[in-house]
Amino acid sequence: MMEALNAGLALLLLALAAWTIVGRDAFAAVAGFVAYGLLLTLAWVQLSGVDVALTEAAIGGGLTGALLIGAVARLRDTEAAARAERPKALTRTLAALVAGAVTVALAISILALPDPAPTLAPDVAANIGATGVGNPITAVLLAFRAMDTLLEAIVLVFALIGVWSLAPDRAWGGRPGPLHLADPNGILAYIARVLPPIGIIVGMYIFWAGADHPGGKFQGATILAAMWLLVMMAGLTDAPPISRAWLRIGLVAGPLVFIAIGLAGAVAAGAFLAYPDGYAKPLIIVIELALMPTLALILALLLVGAPQRAGER
Amino acid sequence: MSAATLFGLCATALIGLGLYGLIANPHPLRKILAFNVVGSGVFLLLGAIARRGAGAGFGGDPVPQALLITGIVVAFSATALAVALLLRLHDASGSVTLASEVPPTVEPDAGSP
Repeated sequence: MMEALNAGLALLLLALAAWTIVGRDAFAAVAGFVAYGLLLTLAWVQLSGVDVALTEAAIGGGLTGALLIGAVARLRDTEAAARAERPKALTRTLAALVAGAVTVALAISILALPDPAPTLAPDVAANIGATGVGNPITAVLLAFRAMDTLLEAIVLVFALIGVWSLAPDRAWGGRPGPLHLADPNGILAYIARVLPPIGIIVGMYIFWAGADHPGGKFQGATILAAMWLLVMMAGLTDAPPISRAWLRIGLVAGPLVFIAIGLAGAVAAGAFLAYPDGYAKPLIIVIELALMPTLALILALLLVGAPQRAGER
Repeated sequence: MSAATLFGLCATALIGLGLYGLIANPHPLRKILAFNVVGSGVFLLLGAIARRGAGAGFGGDPVPQALLITGIVVAFSATALAVALLLRLHDASGSVTLASEVPPTVEPDAGSP
């Protein structure tokens, strides 16, 4: 029964991916991609990656989908010109052959993987007690491989700097994204008033539960970012000008606290990002609390885009 | 066939599909979409390998699973940067062509800064 469901899920995923790739209409392709991202979540649950499933649903399907829908709506007028540039049949055949060859090579490697599979699960199980958290993913993200998480937070800051740097000169320091004008009595404004209190509680719960259950700061921060975006899109508030001091401090506070605790570990525990015995859990909570607002700000502002409106100096 | 093998094979097909779209689709936004399909295929492949590493009471190897979460977030930030570049190109030139020779339907000076 489960095998039939899995096979059906895999076929649906392939069909939606094919729709996304070969579909004629760009908007339909993006809509297919959002559905694909949500279905992928089910595949993650089947692979016992509930934390990954939450991330995929929130970021892979949700935020990426919203970003691409916004872009496709603004690029409508460029589709006809792009169709005229469609590569010749020979190029497309060669591309299909290359793609097919890559797939076959990967499939052969998948079927030839060693058995039993190499795994770090026993090492994680043996050492998770020292971190004080119950969710092995959180233990890996913030203790065993904390360096990856630190670099990831820094990559996010750099990505936002990259997006902002695309602002035209006159808009530097101004508000990012277009001004959203919505009917103040419309359904969007209504939802933007009713949903955020619930969404904020759900986001904080997923963040807090992440210590011992599936969840964590990325998934929680995405929900908070989505609530902020909803309020912005309903025209109830506007994106802050990027020159605001509180905004810039908020954007670097998370990584800076992370680095400071890492350096303190170098002094107190003998290695960068090492935690002294008995202090692992409180330090992990401090890092997560500091990263959460930074992540929510960056994820939302990445979606809003580059500054477009002249700043108030 | 186990779920890990099934979704592993599904992932290889997704990577192939995305790769084809990346080469064959002329519109940059469709290339970004195709790139995301390749990315999700790579993630699913790693997820299938993580599932095979189940043990010690965990349903999958938690180390690759944690790296996947990092990967998904970084992929989003890269997509956001790519989309911002594309929208800026559109604002600046009115077209989004990646062709080295500007097609006749577009003004000749459209690509200059």
